Amino acid sequence: MKRLFASLTLLITVGLVFSFACSSESEVIVVEKIVEVEKEVIKEVEVSSSPGKLIIYSGRKESLVGPIIEQFKEASGIEVKVKYGSTGEIAATLLEEGANSPADVFFAQDPGGLGAVANAGMFAKLSADILGLSPDWAQSSEGLWVGISGRARTLVYNTDQLDPSQMPSTLQGLTDSKWKGKIGWAPTNGSFQAMITAMRVIWGEEETKTWLQSIQANKPLVYSKNTPQVAAAADGEILIGLVNHYYLHRFLSEEGDEFAARNHHLKGGGPGSLVMVAGGGILSTATNSENAEKFFKFMLSTVSQQYFAGQTYEYPLVEGVKTNRILTPMEEINKPDIDMAQLEDLAGTQTMLRDLGILE
Amino acid sequence: MEVNSVLNKNRTSIFHGTYILLSTVRKGVGPLPISILIPCILISAAMMLPFVYLIMRTFGASDLAWQLLFRIKTLHTLFNTLVLIVAVVGVSILISLPMAWLTVRTDLPLRRLWSVLGALPIVIPSYVGAFLYITVFGPKALFQQLLEFAFGVERIPSFYGLPGAIIVLSLLSYPYIYLIVRASISNIDSSIEDSARSLGRSSFRTFLTVTLPILKPAIAAGALLVALYVISDFGAVSLMRYPTFTWSIYQQYQGAIDRSAAALLSTLLLLFSVVILYLEQKSRGRIKYHRSGAGIPKRLSLMRLGQWKWPALIFCVLVVSFSLLLPSSILVYWLVRGISNGETIVSVWSSGLNSIYVSGLTAVFAGLIAIPVAAFIVRFPGKVARLFESISYVGYALPGIVIGLSLVFFGVRYGGFLYQTIWILIFAYIVLFFPVAMGSVRSSFAQIRPSYEEAARGLGRSNMRVMYSVTLPLVRSGVIVAMALVFLITMKELTATLVLGPLGFKTLATEVWSFTSEAFFAKAAFPALLIILLSSIPTAFIMYKNRDLRL
Repeated sequence: MKRLFASLTLLITVGLVFSFACSSESEVIVVEKIVEVEKEVIKEVEVSSSPGKLIIYSGRKESLVGPIIEQFKEASGIEVKVKYGSTGEIAATLLEEGANSPADVFFAQDPGGLGAVANAGMFAKLSADILGLSPDWAQSSEGLWVGISGRARTLVYNTDQLDPSQMPSTLQGLTDSKWKGKIGWAPTNGSFQAMITAMRVIWGEEETKTWLQSIQANKPLVYSKNTPQVAAAADGEILIGLVNHYYLHRFLSEEGDEFAARNHHLKGGGPGSLVMVAGGGILSTATNSENAEKFFKFMLSTVSQQYFAGQTYEYPLVEGVKTNRILTPMEEINKPDIDMAQLEDLAGTQTMLRDLGILE
Repeated sequence: MEVNSVLNKNRTSIFHGTYILLSTVRKGVGPLPISILIPCILISAAMMLPFVYLIMRTFGASDLAWQLLFRIKTLHTLFNTLVLIVAVVGVSILISLPMAWLTVRTDLPLRRLWSVLGALPIVIPSYVGAFLYITVFGPKALFQQLLEFAFGVERIPSFYGLPGAIIVLSLLSYPYIYLIVRASISNIDSSIEDSARSLGRSSFRTFLTVTLPILKPAIAAGALLVALYVISDFGAVSLMRYPTFTWSIYQQYQGAIDRSAAALLSTLLLLFSVVILYLEQKSRGRIKYHRSGAGIPKRLSLMRLGQWKWPALIFCVLVVSFSLLLPSSILVYWLVRGISNGETIVSVWSSGLNSIYVSGLTAVFAGLIAIPVAAFIVRFPGKVARLFESISYVGYALPGIVIGLSLVFFGVRYGGFLYQTIWILIFAYIVLFFPVAMGSVRSSFAQIRPSYEEAARGLGRSNMRVMYSVTLPLVRSGVIVAMALVFLITMKELTATLVLGPLGFKTLATEVWSFTSEAFFAKAAFPALLIILLSSIPTAFIMYKNRDLRL
């Protein structure tokens, strides 16, 4: 027993030393970054003498948006508090809280989550100078929420067994029986459902239904979300997966270039090349509306947009900010002409998926 | 033959010799003390909150939601869930019984090490565990590559669906049975086994006919926890693509956020759990055994394994390798690979402290509250007790999101300044995990003979003093195991923490989730390893302490 305790203590000590080593290293980097960015940031946000508070409910993970929210906090002096969760859970929490919600801002991963809160009448209209910062296609038609960063739908494919020339040019190509048992999809995923909503808008109900049925006939492997699909494509478990573009780049940064999967943007465009937005809105019950506005201005500033491009591999939405050079530039994606506001009808999409037995 | 028939004839008398049939002492345990009744009513009221919430939401349900409920598919999903429960409980018993027996009662080499390692898989969150197993056993993953390299195997059978879900959930949840059975085995008075053996029974038959029946309540209590864990799990079944009821419920929240449809499905799930609870209560039967001997049972003699030493050792090595070492090694691998590719690992110490703080408080509260409730259920059996017991299991069977949202609903309206503090979060944890504490405390109560308390009362002690000076010392080991269990599972709780936690509140579990769900594996590995590491301390402590807790 003594030996066991001794070995446990040893393990813990090693762990402690190790993590201290790590933590100091990362702190140094963060500090450098803050110093470097702060000079620019001060121009973007006026710091008032009593900056006050801001409460954000974020359906975007801290691993993605934590650092940029931290920078906003540093730059503005505002006491920012964040509740993190997945978009669906956070939206449901907001709906349960109703008028009693302490939240000022809802920052969501996809238009569907924003739509649910907007439909419940819980968002206040955003001011024109915020709405003016992001393109029209990336916001709610009533000005209730605004897009902050872009995320493209794409196909991820296994590079050992497929060549880009063998890839289909539209989603219709996936209905070919040669892909039988070789496609992956994640019907429960919010982004996938947003793509189907776009499909209904662009192709119409009947054609969408036919496409879904043809894919079903090809016996796709069902995944719970995007991440395992990208891993499965690299392992050769599937040859093609229907995913969002940025997961691949996170795998690449951890596993290196030998990771056997790449993205393929459909040349023929259509719903398979949809660019969706992550974005947010200000709650009508917000007590810190002014700070909430500052937050959105900051998120749509050059500094933040550069952060999303560089750190989360997403597409910036503001003019003049460069896309990460490892991504296909937005101009080269044959993006369908559709407004995010048209993607709010998630319920209709879910009914269709359910009727076809794709969703539970 | 002759010996056997004599033994059979004398079976009841053997039990009478050392054990008492509870049915003979069912009634007449004295009046119900207020000190027991009030905590029971309070905890039941707390447990009813999610239920009240569900009923309210059900009333607002749209036609679409009702249509959703009344489909063939609903039955199908229920059946899927049932199959999974039966299989996982079965496999878990097969793993945990030998593990518990070998680590408590035999001269297995490195016994204490296996004791601790065997309990740890319980802290691995299922969404992490499942992902790790897929990394290894997926159709074209590490294991297949190894086989291809060694034997040229190009395709291994698919791991997804039912088989994968069974394997993952069994490996991560067998410790529930293992820990409770372990506590029960160390409480057995070995003189009863000695009597059986001295009457000519082989060791194996003694185990089957004497020991196993004594362990039955503990096995059933553990099995119930495993069953309810399976019902409420989302992480493993979604990654393994095995559609269960809880998965359907989460889908309602993920997409259209139709809360009433989710509530309808949850209510049905609740009814389903009540049936399982009823079956478990039935299986416990009327006969209960408790030790009647003096306070200290005969020191357990360690069974010599002899030629069985190696197979036993291999069994333990296999269980620990697959359930703990394999997932941990992948985590270490992620960490090392990430660092060598230039990833920076984020410091998570404050989240670690948060995890320990809230898990510790929850463990202490849940363990203490379990005492009066278990006392009520064991000492005053009947309809009311069964009702209390069933109600207290409600939380554990429901998905974390439902408990979380119901307390959001009540908390934001009536919780005042408590809303979004750790106190309401701890309250949620207790609602979620109370049955885990109760299962353990209850089975240790069931082993105490009520006549001790009666004797003390007969000597003029007040009820409170009897509780304090007689009962509590006797259930202490059960309470400590209960606290340890609650601590371990609170460490990994995710959904309620996200929904109800204070603003900006982070635990190791939320860190792991935040990183894995965005595919930052190297960053996720460190907090995940820390959960395992930090949890091993109380586990080692319990295992070490348990030696002195043979009351």
